[in-house]
Amino acid sequence: MGLEAVFGESWITSKVEFFINWARKYSIFQYPFITACCGMEYMSVMCAHYDVARFGAEFTRFTPRQSDLLLVVGTVNHKLAPVLRKVYEQMTEPKWVISFGACASTGGFYDNYSVLQGIDKIIPVDIYIPGCPPRPEMVLDALLKIQDKIQKYSVLKQK
Amino acid sequence: MSQVVLDKLKERFKDAILETHNSFGNETALVSRESLLDVMRFLKDECGFEMLMDLCGVDHLPEVPRFEVVYHLKSFSRGYRVRIKVRVPEEDPVVDSVISVWKGANWYERECWEFYGIKFRGHPDLRRLLLYPEFEGYPLRKDYPHKKRQPRIPLLKPETR
Repeated sequence: MGLEAVFGESWITSKVEFFINWARKYSIFQYPFITACCGMEYMSVMCAHYDVARFGAEFTRFTPRQSDLLLVVGTVNHKLAPVLRKVYEQMTEPKWVISFGACASTGGFYDNYSVLQGIDKIIPVDIYIPGCPPRPEMVLDALLKIQDKIQKYSVLKQK
Repeated sequence: MSQVVLDKLKERFKDAILETHNSFGNETALVSRESLLDVMRFLKDECGFEMLMDLCGVDHLPEVPRFEVVYHLKSFSRGYRVRIKVRVPEEDPVVDSVISVWKGANWYERECWEFYGIKFRGHPDLRRLLLYPEFEGYPLRKDYPHKKRQPRIPLLKPETR
């Protein structure tokens, strides 16, 4: 018995924006930018135990042009900073960024000449996940928060 | 265990071996800068040290001479392991390259030059190995300001720390 049988020939009214955002938030194409040991934790989130497929975010794209969520996982140093900026610029709008782990968020304990002290110095960040490395539950929580944020996204408000 | 090697070195090079010691089984010889290459050739050709395991720099800032280059050698055929040190003064930070003895020294010497500014005479291609080309200064020297940052692209928020 499908939905048609329940609703008959009745109408549902909504906003286009709501439906677009609803579709977007359950089909996140992510681009993992993995540079360090947090990558292991990212892999465990992606695999069967924690299974981000439940939230529709299991589809990794290995080109930034096809993705809408950038996951910066691990330490980013000054040598790599232009690359990360270019990856971010290549992503098409709308785009969101998660900073995964202490190093990506603040530089972590690498307070030295080579490490960028947080990726928010070069690209805008939507959600920061603390932890060294973060627990998978925290990543899932961040994913839910990103979904909330996507649901509130409005083309008109961005302009 | 490798005391034999140190004895051989002292017998052969006499004054060029400034000091030898053995702490926790690590036989170490402090060699004068001028005779480094001869000592290394001797160690490879006649003592069987086929492998240069590591080469690194040390900055002993208040001391004179300031820098030190440390070589770790291993002999598979005889089971010896020995450590050779050379002191390098700050005003003339140059030592002979040991690439002619062990080819594997190439990248070690580039790394050591990039981080400590110790030049290796006779190195064919002494340029940066790990850092980016625009980087100025030698970051592992103790007088490098530890809060100094050299970003390649302009930062969104000024890095104040």
